[in-house]
Amino acid sequence: MTNERSLFAALPTIDDEVNRRLHRRLVDAANAAGLLDVAYRTIDTPVGALLLAATPKGLVRVAYASQDHDLVLEGLARDVSPRILRAPARLDGVAREIEEYFAGRRRTFDVPLDLQLSHGFRRTILSHLPEIGYGKTASYAAIAKAAGNPKAIRAAGSACASNPLPVVVPCHRVVRSDGTIGQYVGGVDAKRALLTLEGAA
Amino acid sequence: MSPPPFEEVVAEHGPTVLRVCRAVLGPADAEDAWSETFLAALDAYPRLRPDSNIEAWLVTIAHRKALDHVRARSRRPILTDKPPEPPADEGSPGGWESGLWEALEALPLKQRQTIAYHYLVGMPYVQVAQIVGGSQDAARRAAADGIATLRKTFAKGESR
Repeated sequence: MTNERSLFAALPTIDDEVNRRLHRRLVDAANAAGLLDVAYRTIDTPVGALLLAATPKGLVRVAYASQDHDLVLEGLARDVSPRILRAPARLDGVAREIEEYFAGRRRTFDVPLDLQLSHGFRRTILSHLPEIGYGKTASYAAIAKAAGNPKAIRAAGSACASNPLPVVVPCHRVVRSDGTIGQYVGGVDAKRALLTLEGAA
Repeated sequence: MSPPPFEEVVAEHGPTVLRVCRAVLGPADAEDAWSETFLAALDAYPRLRPDSNIEAWLVTIAHRKALDHVRARSRRPILTDKPPEPPADEGSPGGWESGLWEALEALPLKQRQTIAYHYLVGMPYVQVAQIVGGSQDAARRAAADGIATLRKTFAKGESR
């Protein structure tokens, strides 16, 4: 068997360049055929590597490294579509805006969002978060009230904790009523870093 | 249970499928067949049964895509002004070692296929037979005949 296999040792090597070329070609063909349901890339930021994923409708997921990007991609395969490819081009606009944000040159994001990973009241909560301006904070209670249900303070907390689009949908601006920082999907340090960047802490 | 992201499938099986396409089709059409295989696989992927053997599934698709190329070639008139095949780049990475494709190309298609699926992919003959058609024994014989010929025509394989 080893002898027969060794015949094929003479086949051309498959190096990174070949892999990259074929991958790029597949992404282009998938895009043209409307088969690229989820495109993703990662981006390095002061709060670590962020995973960015987009459907044809818009940005669908942002995830911190602490959330385990592999796990997040598995979740996207299950909840959105397994037709997922690393395809940075679709995320160029988002990546640029996030870079500008971390450089202090951007205060709001205006890329299209796909909120399909958030449902019901949680989605209502998230849709109100952009009302908290750059550099400002609001309490979980205030957000619950803004979303039309002042008693749903816990729900406001869990909506923030399950925010599929952290940084871009600013759940980091929601803090506890007693003024303490509260929890965050990306960890308290990341929350503090974002609020410091915005001049709110 | 849901399927893993397709990106993982490409990373894990892309090289094997390319080697199969190269062994069956040679340098000119291998990358085209690879692309067609993975695009078709991406399309069908959400409908794939969770317990499927992904490698066998991909090789089956690659087998059909390669056949399309073989048929297209046989229909294509031989044009003298056709651009030459990509240069072999002897010795450099990504290049074909001289004589290998010539030796493979001289084999009957079925021998090339059975050799690729059994020796390159590592599929048992029962699976190879399911892809190429015919009996398990016929697949085994085709591969054995092909290997015997290659030993004569591509001597380099012996010394390695």
